[in-house]
Amino acid sequence: MSARLAGAGIRSLTFIIQTLGGSKMKKRTFYKLIVGTVAAGLTCGGALALTVKTAVAQTKVGFVYVGPIGDHGWTYRHDQGRLAVDKAFGDKVKTTYVESVKEGPDAERVIRQLASTGHDLIFTTSFGFMNPTLKVARRFPKVHFEHATGYKRDKNVSTYSARFYEGRYIAGVIAGKISKSNRIGYVASFPIPEVVRGINAFILGARSVNPKMSISVVWVNTWYDPGKEGDAAKALIDQGADIITQHTDSPAPLQVAENRGVKGFGQASDMIKFAPKAQLTAIINNWNPYYVARTKAVIEGKWASSDVWDGLKPGMVEMAPYTNMPADVAKLAKEIEEAIRSGKLHPFAGPIKNQSGETVVAAGQIADDGMLLGMDFYVQGVEGSLPK
Amino acid sequence: MIRLEPRGEVSRIWPLLTPLIAILLTLASGVAIFSAMGKDPGLALYTYFVQPVSTIYGVTELLVKAAPLVLIGMGLAIGFRANVWNIGAEGQFTIGAIFGGGFAIAFHDSDSILLLPGILFLGVLGGMVWGAIPAYLRTRFNANEILTSLMLTYVSILLLNYLVHGPWRDPGGFNFPESRIFSASAMMPTLIADSRLHLGFVFALLAILVGWLLLNRSVIGFQLRVVGQAPAAARHAGFSQNKLIWYSFLLSGGLAGLAGVAEVAGTIGQLLPTISPGYGFTAIIVAFLGRLNPFGVLLGGLVMALSYLGGEIAQIEIGLPAAVTGLFQGILLFFLLGCDALTHNRIKFSIAGRFVRI
Repeated sequence: MSARLAGAGIRSLTFIIQTLGGSKMKKRTFYKLIVGTVAAGLTCGGALALTVKTAVAQTKVGFVYVGPIGDHGWTYRHDQGRLAVDKAFGDKVKTTYVESVKEGPDAERVIRQLASTGHDLIFTTSFGFMNPTLKVARRFPKVHFEHATGYKRDKNVSTYSARFYEGRYIAGVIAGKISKSNRIGYVASFPIPEVVRGINAFILGARSVNPKMSISVVWVNTWYDPGKEGDAAKALIDQGADIITQHTDSPAPLQVAENRGVKGFGQASDMIKFAPKAQLTAIINNWNPYYVARTKAVIEGKWASSDVWDGLKPGMVEMAPYTNMPADVAKLAKEIEEAIRSGKLHPFAGPIKNQSGETVVAAGQIADDGMLLGMDFYVQGVEGSLPK
Repeated sequence: MIRLEPRGEVSRIWPLLTPLIAILLTLASGVAIFSAMGKDPGLALYTYFVQPVSTIYGVTELLVKAAPLVLIGMGLAIGFRANVWNIGAEGQFTIGAIFGGGFAIAFHDSDSILLLPGILFLGVLGGMVWGAIPAYLRTRFNANEILTSLMLTYVSILLLNYLVHGPWRDPGGFNFPESRIFSASAMMPTLIADSRLHLGFVFALLAILVGWLLLNRSVIGFQLRVVGQAPAAARHAGFSQNKLIWYSFLLSGGLAGLAGVAEVAGTIGQLLPTISPGYGFTAIIVAFLGRLNPFGVLLGGLVMALSYLGGEIAQIEIGLPAAVTGLFQGILLFFLLGCDALTHNRIKFSIAGRFVRI
């Protein structure tokens, strides 16, 4: 079929080239050209319509990504989850993805396109896809939707996220042990509870071992912009920070740390190859088990709408190897990791005071998920005020 | 030695044919690229250019995507005819969305039938206000409108960011940077059930018709064309350059504002930090793809919209990377400009040193 198309295409091209060669084009030649082009178009359209396969009885799982799969961070890890689904189910499941989908009107079209092309389960992996996901879900009640990091659910829309703050707390402890300037530079995306929670967890971890620690935050208002992220990291180092951490998706801040001889952390995936001398550890988002489990539930007909928020214990959050630090710090980090996993330690255990010194979590208490999910204040040790 | 020499006489047909030839050459390059990637080129081209419009719903989505491109492209084409370079349509689009969206947010609990007309009117007004700034700076201080209009785009996007992160943030939205969702009476009705096709495309068609009448049947249209083609003659005839600058900017700004407000009150239904995937800039390509001719703009808008839709479906169906969309658009523009250059110039080969006059 493609041979026919190629034949038709080449014929009309040769025709054009011949026409181009002529010094003057006559009216008849012009019509011939038009007719030839239209004919070629019809041939390829008609012939190819036959090649579109009818759906095979297999479960189709679609993924919508906000960034490119090569971002080495957020989207990369979601795509690793997709590959894990491929691996776990083989021919029984077919996965597809659409990358670099803009939050806004395009998202709704892409999600709907997946829903209307026989996908049984669709993961939309950015907060900005929330309302489009819900809109499409209402139109396709038999399709199952999974939206990452959102707060709106429906009968066929689940939400899921990971307790990244557990990893941030460990990173904070390491920073508190290693830092000489007692200053941490934090490259942050948007002042949403998720990000604010990460900043607070980090400083709580750092201050648990060194009460003099402080954090300076730069908001870059983007999830993925290596240039902006890197510039923010440079500015923070110039202000005296000797540890850089980031809540954005690219390895740029860590690469800046590597070049400037300070330390930093990987975000979302292990970024050691971008900063072999600077990465202390990385907080790895591991969606693989969740994506496999949810796909299995759809195949078995047991899928139900749910709200999952998992951390280190079920393995949704993992820590990369502890590198570029003294052995005793690595040992402490491992102990903290184990304590969080076993439930002995909670990063948001009281007493916790906010910036103005008011107690927000009393001694002996633990911040509940409601407080964590709506977190809109800084704890002590964070400099500057939260943009409101 | 190869050089380009202007043709004495340019044929009438070739300038109209070049877009078609550019598209065919782009398709041919596509075949080469897909083959090199190990994909069946026939299937890839079908998926890219035919499958998106193989259903009624697909066609409506094409029109939804093309509407803002056509609206903005029409306004820009009129200005470009008169050598008024409004590069900041993206900014006028954004301000239109802010003006109209702000009205929708302020009256979020209203179900008055006057709400939607008010939103649309404010959207147009917003675009005109934002277009008036470079027009004023150009006519009053002779400041280059390319720079001022472009810079104002960034100002407008930062303003939108400030609003959705701050005062206009959804009170029930957990601090996420989004406005509240507009009420149903603030949204434009859909034209076809179970689709997203809204009045925006009707506006685009009207803009094309009015634009054609304006350029071909009105005195001001005649003046715009003369200023563009023969500035000296226009001066001699006493046409006011400043009047035409104001005219172009208010018109293209207003249309971009309408496109912006139609986008938030047509498809999105709320204000977000990013409301445009670069419509204002893509529309510049659309205007040139359509040879600054109203009906050409309509076709150009549809072709560009198809390239976006095709890119998405090609990812879903045959796993082509998203970068192919940008690649196609770049190749198309390259061939278009190349064909243009060859329409107006002929290639002269000469032996080094003999005819070097460059």
